[in-house]
Amino acid sequence: MKCAELLFSGQKVHHVTLPSQSEPCEYHQKKVLLFLLEKCIKTKFKQAINAVLLRPGILVLINDADWELMGELDYQIQDKDNIVFISTLHGG
Amino acid sequence: MDQEVCSLKALLKDKEEEISALKNKLAQLEQGHASVLKLHDKVTPIRPLTVKTALSNEDIMRYSRQLLLPELGVKGQLNLAKTSVLIVGCGGLGCPLAQYLAAAGIGRLGLLDYDEVELSNLHRQVLHGEENQGQAKALSAAGSVKRLNSTVECIPYHLQLTPENALQLIQQYDIVADCSDNVPSRYLVNDACVLSGKPLVSASALRLEGQLTVYNYQGGPCYRCLYPVPPPPETVTNCSDGGVLGVVPGVMGCFQALEVLKLASGLSSSCSPQLLMFDAQNLRFRSIRLRPKQADCAVCGDNPSVTRLVDYEAFCGSAATDKCRKLNLLSKGQRISVQEYKSIVDTSVPHLLLDVRPLVEVDICHLPISLNIPLSGLEERRSEDIRLLQERISQLKQQMAGDGQPAVYVICKLGNDSQKAVQVLEKMSGSEVESIAVKDICGGLMAWAMNVDPTFPQY
Ligand SMILES: [Zn+2]
Repeated sequence: MKCAELLFSGQKVHHVTLPSQSEPCEYHQKKVLLFLLEKCIKTKFKQAINAVLLRPGILVLINDADWELMGELDYQIQDKDNIVFISTLHGG
Repeated sequence: MDQEVCSLKALLKDKEEEISALKNKLAQLEQGHASVLKLHDKVTPIRPLTVKTALSNEDIMRYSRQLLLPELGVKGQLNLAKTSVLIVGCGGLGCPLAQYLAAAGIGRLGLLDYDEVELSNLHRQVLHGEENQGQAKALSAAGSVKRLNSTVECIPYHLQLTPENALQLIQQYDIVADCSDNVPSRYLVNDACVLSGKPLVSASALRLEGQLTVYNYQGGPCYRCLYPVPPPPETVTNCSDGGVLGVVPGVMGCFQALEVLKLASGLSSSCSPQLLMFDAQNLRFRSIRLRPKQADCAVCGDNPSVTRLVDYEAFCGSAATDKCRKLNLLSKGQRISVQEYKSIVDTSVPHLLLDVRPLVEVDICHLPISLNIPLSGLEERRSEDIRLLQERISQLKQQMAGDGQPAVYVICKLGNDSQKAVQVLEKMSGSEVESIAVKDICGGLMAWAMNVDPTFPQY
C-alpha cells in the first residue's frame, strides 16, 4: 500500500457511472468518494478509505484543481468530473 | 657557427621563459581551484557576492544566445550573476539543476550533500563520473560545475542539513532548491525557508513520475500548507526501494532550473501556485491549481506554532536519509543469520527457501533453490500463490518422512519484507497451510552477498 495507484490495484484510470441517474447529475461528494472507492478498490477496502480520506500525503484533485479550492467534501460532483488521487513523491 | 650558437641560445632562453610562465600560471590556477573548491564540513559565514554592474566581452559572448531573449536581456543576466542558490541534495535532481544554473551564469551555487558517490548513483546523477566514486557528492558536483563555468562561485558542503545548521545556511542564500530524497528533509527545508523568508523551488521524482512546486513565494502556500501532516513512514517509497528511471529526475531537475532562473532573473512567474506533475510513461504533464497559503498553517499561518526548527526525524517518524530503515518485527528465535542459513544449505537439511521480493527484483538475481512468492501475494492470500505454497510444503513434508514441522526460511533484499512475510506465514500455519516452522533470514540477500557469497550481485 505504497501509493495511491497501488490502492487502486495498479489501474490508473477508472470510468465510473454514478447510480440514480434520474437525479440531474449532482451528487454529494462524500457519497461519491465512497462509491468510487467501493467500485475501484479491490482489496483492503477499509485501509483504502482511511488512506484516501484521512491519510496524509495524498492530494485529492477535482478537474485538475486542489479540492481545497473546490470546497473539499461540500463540492457537488458534476457529470464528467475528473477526480484524481495523487500521492506525494519524496525521492530525488 | 657562432651565429647558430647565438640564435639557439636565444631560442632556448625564450623557451625557458615560456616554461616558467606556464608553470606560474598552472600554480596560480591550481591554487585558485583549491581555494574555491574547499569542501565545507560545517556552515560558516560567507562573504556577500560581488555585484557585477556590467557584462564583460567574454560574458557577452558566452551568454549571447540567452541575452538575445527580450525576456532575459542584459538586466536579467546581471540579476542572475548577483543571485545565490542553495541546492539541497546533489543527486538525480540536483545534478541537472546545478548544471543548468551554472551554464546560465548564476552568481553562486551552494551544493549540499552528506553522501558519497556510489556506482548505483551514476545512471541519474550525471555530474558524477566513475572516477568520483567514494568522493563527496558535493565536491564531485562542484568540480563538474567548475569545468563547465569557472566564473560561477561554488561552495560544496559535505554535511547533513539539521535543525541546528539549516537557518544559518539558508539565510546566506537568495533561493533554495529542495532536491532531497526524504520526508524529514522536505519539512526541514520548508520550515527553514519560511522562517528566513526564502522562496523554495521543490521537485521530486520516483519510478516514472515527477512533481514540481514553488513554495513560499509571493504569498503562496508552503509545503506544510499542502501537507500539514507527514505521511506514515511505511507508506513512503524511496528511490533505492522503488527504483527510478534516471531521465525522470533529469527532466524534473531541468524544470527546477527553469523556475530558479525565472525567479533569479526577475522574469515574472505570473502563475498562481501550481503543482506540475510529469507522467513519463504516457509522456504527459498535468498542471494542478493549488490552494492558497493556509491561515491555519503551522509554520506560515496567522498563528504559527512552529516558530523555530524542530526535530524533523521525530516529527516524521523516519530518518533524514533515503537509506533503508531496518524493521525489527520478530523475536531472536524467529530469525537466523545468513551464516546459519549457509550451514543449513551445506548440510542438506530439508527446507523451503521462500523469496518474497517482487518478480522484477527476482529477475535481477536470486538463489537458485528459492521459491518466489511476493509478499503482496501472501498478504492478499492470492489463490494461485497459496496453492503453490501448499504444494511445496507437502512435497517437503514427504521428503522429511514425517518428523517435525517443515522448515520454511524467508528471504528478501534487506530483511524487512521477509519479517512481514514471517508474520503472515505464522498466521497461516496450521490453518491455510500445514503447520510449519518459519524463520526470517536476517539482512536478506544483501547480507548473503556481503557475508557469504561475494559473487552474488548487490543492487
Ligand atoms: Zn504554510
